[in-house]
Amino acid sequence: MEWLIALMIGVMTASGVFLTLRARTFPVVLGLTLLAYAVNVFLFAMGRLNIGVPAVIEAERLAYTDPLPQALVLTAIVIAFGMTAFLIVLSLKARSELGNDHVDGLHLAQDEESLHATLPPRQADPKRHADHPFEQTDALIASTTTQPIQGERQQ
Amino acid sequence: MMTATPFLPVLIPLIGGVLVLLAHRGGLNLQRLMSLLLVLALLLVSVDAMQTAIQMPPQVYALGNWIAPFGIVLVLDQLSALMVLITALLALGALWYAVKRKVDAQGAHFHVLFQIQLFGLNGAFLTGDVFNLFVFFEVLLLASYGLLLHGSGRLRTRAGLHYVAINLIGSTLFLFAVGALYGVLGTLNIADMANKIAHLDPQDQGVVAAAGLLLLLVFGIKAALFPLYLWLPQAYANTTAPVAALFAIMTKVGLYAIIRVHGTLFGDQAGDLAGLHLPWILWLGLITMLMAAFGTLAARGLREQVAYLVLASVATLLVGIGLNSIDALSATLYYLIHSTLIAGGFFLLADLIAKGRGAYDDRFVSGPATPKAMLLGATFLFAAIAMSGLPPLSGFFGKVLILSAALDHPAFSWIIAVVLLSGLMMIMALARSGSLLFYNTLPENGQDAPAAADASKEHDFKGAYLAVASLLSAALVLVALAHPLGQFTQSVAQQVFDAPTYLQQVLHTPAVAKEAIR
Repeated sequence: MEWLIALMIGVMTASGVFLTLRARTFPVVLGLTLLAYAVNVFLFAMGRLNIGVPAVIEAERLAYTDPLPQALVLTAIVIAFGMTAFLIVLSLKARSELGNDHVDGLHLAQDEESLHATLPPRQADPKRHADHPFEQTDALIASTTTQPIQGERQQ
Repeated sequence: MMTATPFLPVLIPLIGGVLVLLAHRGGLNLQRLMSLLLVLALLLVSVDAMQTAIQMPPQVYALGNWIAPFGIVLVLDQLSALMVLITALLALGALWYAVKRKVDAQGAHFHVLFQIQLFGLNGAFLTGDVFNLFVFFEVLLLASYGLLLHGSGRLRTRAGLHYVAINLIGSTLFLFAVGALYGVLGTLNIADMANKIAHLDPQDQGVVAAAGLLLLLVFGIKAALFPLYLWLPQAYANTTAPVAALFAIMTKVGLYAIIRVHGTLFGDQAGDLAGLHLPWILWLGLITMLMAAFGTLAARGLREQVAYLVLASVATLLVGIGLNSIDALSATLYYLIHSTLIAGGFFLLADLIAKGRGAYDDRFVSGPATPKAMLLGATFLFAAIAMSGLPPLSGFFGKVLILSAALDHPAFSWIIAVVLLSGLMMIMALARSGSLLFYNTLPENGQDAPAAADASKEHDFKGAYLAVASLLSAALVLVALAHPLGQFTQSVAQQVFDAPTYLQQVLHTPAVAKEAIR
């Protein structure tokens, strides 16, 4: 039984780490969920693996399993559940606000440009006008921010 | 003897938060009043707790009258009392600013989240149990997710997503570390763990060391230790100003946890494992400091720059903890008081400047002069001097104390070189941003300057400035009271290093007798 539990924790952790490193929010959410599962089983196993012994006090029993990890796992499950629900909602919010489900949202450079686009147009300052980057980028931003990014990898 | 004091700073924001939620129908003004009164009450209780902590040995409160190590205990010693007091001071400034600038009207339940955030922070500072620390971390994180995303904006959502994801990974690692420690030591009470580590079987040392370093990783995420700091600048730069100001204490939670958990578990009694975490903290702290200094130079907006300054101050504190002596810890705590309050004030100031610049926001491009540029510029100069550690303000004294404590350390040349170099870079960065924001201004083009002035009239500028000024005035108070405060931090540091008394108090405080309860 020990090797099976150990293998299970290992596989779940490895899959969880792999998925959290993905670039889309949905695999990241799945990865965090798997990591939470792995850690729950791990916590459970830290009370040692016993078969057929109760955790709560019974009259004729002499051997008990450790009840504390079970309480810890219960707490951890509740917390992980709440956090995952929050992350899913946040991912949906990010999907609708950022235009795609990449963890970095729109490409960074374009976000920076769109920031500059909020500045009012400059007038009557010829000294600065020459090296002013906003005029050239305005058109670019208008054409890209509302659409999905070109050349994004299909999954 | 058992007193009621340790649980009050935890209980007030919890019950208060629920009451503020119930007062939702009473309107925002009622919620504001309640929230401010609650923070004031918290401040009074913190001062009381501080007096108790100074006069008496660590106070232990056993929740449900289950004595340690079987039940969960709250421990009030000077270090936790200090952290709770700083939190209350910072929260008062941030909340006042939020109310005056109507930040709390941007979304629902700002005050509820604010109180729950304080509940989580105070709980994390007061608990004496590792798993309970995890639970309070989750409470403060969940509230911080809500606060971080308060209001809206694309950049805020993106930074929030990163922040939430990395902290969820941190929570999972925390559980792995706690589980491994429990599996070997069979206890979760910090004091009891320290006892068990002292008599550890040599073959179990590897597991405990691995779990200890895993815990360091978790606290490193909170404290923004290199290479785990990358979430911080964007998250702090893109959230609302009062939240960013309150978050100045969030990185210190990680530092506190390192001092409390690692300092106790891997203190002198730990044999082969003693000081396990120290080289990591010291060297990674130095690297963090350099990266933060580069960050201040590379920042494109004032808020991002202040976020990097927070990172630099955290790095200084990490180095101070890594030196591992009473003098160094005392200096670190002095710098901690300074950096938390000044960073909070600086975030609020950055917001005032950014709002005054209208559409130019806080970006480092020349724009029209802000309204009240003289006042804001002078305040910026004051904050910049305090933050970058120039005399005569408290940042200078904090750094001098830490550096003089570093002279005994074998690696002192590296420490001094990195601290001074990064200080120089921060001064350059702040000088550049100050001259861009206040000197190198464009002539008014007649369009957005009145709009900006209107915007600042709409909200209460004077009231908001009061919050900034009172937080920044900490720099003067810390200098004026440097001697008594130095003595105080010295006594805090002595108590932290006096682990036997802590263990004795936590493990041998008896349960309250039934007669006393009746």
